[in-house]
Amino acid sequence: MARPVQSDLRTRLQEWIPKIVLAPSVASMLIFVYGFIVFTGYLSFTNSRILPTFDLVGWHNYWRLFQLPTWTIAVQNLAIFASLYIAICIAIGLSLAIFLDQKIRGEGLLRPIFLYPMALSFIVTGTAWKWLLDPGIGIEHTLHLWGWESFHFGWIKSSSMAIYTVVIAAVWQSSGFVMAMFLAGLRGIDNEILKAAQMDGASNWNLYRRIIIPQLRPAFLSAFVILAHLAVKSYDLVIALTGGGPGRATELPATFMYSYTFTRNEMGVGAASAVIMLMTIAAIMIPYLYAELKEPK
Amino acid sequence: MRSYIGRTLKMASVLALVAGSAQAKDVEVLHWWTSGGEAAALNVLKDDLQKEGIGWKDMPVAGGGGQSAMTVLRARVTSGDPPTAVQMLGFDISDWAQQGALAQLDKVAADGNWDAVVPEALQKFSKYDGHWVAVPVNVHSTNWVWSNKKMLADLGIEEPKTWDEFIAAMQKVKDSGKIALAAGGQPWQEATMFDGVVLSVGGPDFYKKAFIDLDPDALGGPQMVESFKRMEQLHSFVDPNFSGRDWNLATAMVINGEAAFQMMGDWAKGEFLRAGKEAEVDFGCFRTPGTADDVTFNADQFAMFKVGEDAQAAQDAMAKAVMSPSFQIAFNTVKGSVPSRTDVSDEEFDACGKKAMAQLKSASQNGTLLGSMAHGHADPASVKNAIYDVVTANFNGDYDAETAAKELVKAVSLAQ
Repeated sequence: MARPVQSDLRTRLQEWIPKIVLAPSVASMLIFVYGFIVFTGYLSFTNSRILPTFDLVGWHNYWRLFQLPTWTIAVQNLAIFASLYIAICIAIGLSLAIFLDQKIRGEGLLRPIFLYPMALSFIVTGTAWKWLLDPGIGIEHTLHLWGWESFHFGWIKSSSMAIYTVVIAAVWQSSGFVMAMFLAGLRGIDNEILKAAQMDGASNWNLYRRIIIPQLRPAFLSAFVILAHLAVKSYDLVIALTGGGPGRATELPATFMYSYTFTRNEMGVGAASAVIMLMTIAAIMIPYLYAELKEPK
Repeated sequence: MRSYIGRTLKMASVLALVAGSAQAKDVEVLHWWTSGGEAAALNVLKDDLQKEGIGWKDMPVAGGGGQSAMTVLRARVTSGDPPTAVQMLGFDISDWAQQGALAQLDKVAADGNWDAVVPEALQKFSKYDGHWVAVPVNVHSTNWVWSNKKMLADLGIEEPKTWDEFIAAMQKVKDSGKIALAAGGQPWQEATMFDGVVLSVGGPDFYKKAFIDLDPDALGGPQMVESFKRMEQLHSFVDPNFSGRDWNLATAMVINGEAAFQMMGDWAKGEFLRAGKEAEVDFGCFRTPGTADDVTFNADQFAMFKVGEDAQAAQDAMAKAVMSPSFQIAFNTVKGSVPSRTDVSDEEFDACGKKAMAQLKSASQNGTLLGSMAHGHADPASVKNAIYDVVTANFNGDYDAETAAKELVKAVSLAQ
């Protein structure tokens, strides 16, 4: 009889097909993600300039990197940008989520309105905000036309304030998305606990402070991780919004990496800065993954 | 590295053979001349080649300074499929030649007597190791000031000859409530002004010492401090909204009579002409005060890449066509620049073009035709950008003149 052989083949196929189907994507991941991470790491120890070369120069590129004022500016800007961006996005996202959670009318309409900025690319956001913030054509100009002559808002043209305009545009783009994450978290909380607390006479304020927000811990963590890596890799927003200017005032590590690698013909230094950025992200991601994995099943 | 490129090039020629000989008589040209006038000027070359039966495969990559074009080029060369010719500037040519990626044009050059007609300062970039590797298309110069004639006449301002007159003239414009200096706050534009300013402070010798020899004493010396001080003076005449503005928008301010002057290379002339303005009637052109007979230049060139033997004839024909006086005249009257050979008649050029051609010739003879720092003809990209960093920091008020000169020494030594 052929049946047992057939089923044997079938079980073996069932076992193998997923592996065969996954193999190409795993292989390409290994090469194009991890392989190139290793390659970049290697390049950061070579004296590559216009094209990759393979002459090792030790830690020289890292030494140069930390001597460069532009890199210092980029790192300082990242610190300002990332901390404000993450904090404000979480604050706005959480408040919006809590307000939307009050069983208000029109929630179905409001949710996508807040969420949709995320559907735009950062290039679009950057360009739109560039026009809005430009004193010559944007908000300031409009208010002058309306008669408020003394109004002044020139942050985007001032080297000390320009980085904050990047924060404004980025927050506008992402806080709706954070709201969606928190809303999902809020909806996942067990109603029984809330009812019990209400029976015990807890005020709304206490309800949120002591029961709901502590239960949102996973949502906070995911929001933080997503926002943090968006901040470290943000490039297109700055390019569209300020082009790194005025001067070099809004340079971020990602724009630094691109310009050193591709326009300044200093691929070695560019690779070194990329490695530093990867380390920064790893420093955020690894503890997170570790915490996720060791969590009891 | 050389062997790595060599290997990929060999692979490329094999691939080209396999791909068939249909493309053998085509030239593929990578460039970033995508604006209307520029494209029209390139059509002249296209037609010249068409007459010889050579097809033209256009490969335009938009983006002013050619940064995206260079990224595309890198990808093409590393994958072993370089275009025939690539628009390129200054040190990029030597960098690519150093990688062994460029073809030799010595035979065409000898036939056309290029050694005699092309200014020596340009040859430095067109040649590598004594061999011709690139064909210069035009010469732009960067130490120009463009002015709105009508506005100056209304305010009773003469064309300034010295720096002090220039400052006085701008003060007069500022007092009248108009913008004195139309500027775009992008690092390369600020560096373009700096070219002229350094030349006006220290003359050609100082310029050479500072930007070409990168002498630390010159870079950090009192003359450099003075140059940065003059940049601060200029900063006091720009409008508060200058930063991030594109250069052609700044030119438009002069065209429309919102601003009196712009310090910019002669590609700005193309904008005036396109707006229907006439040289020395509607707009004036003069060298940055104090630099009358000196010229800081940048030149667009077609770097010729190593292609298979079958495509070489087409490449040579293209090189010859680019250097032909008729193309040089047709192209440069549109582009605002001047021909890259000094033996061409200036008949068809306007007043500013005639002025530029005469000055180019005399500067070339006097040895004061200098590569522009701001446009990568004095230093390699890494040094150039290091200087940009300091210039833009000073212009935007982050460094005062003394600090800027000190930082300049440090930045340049780090980038070398």
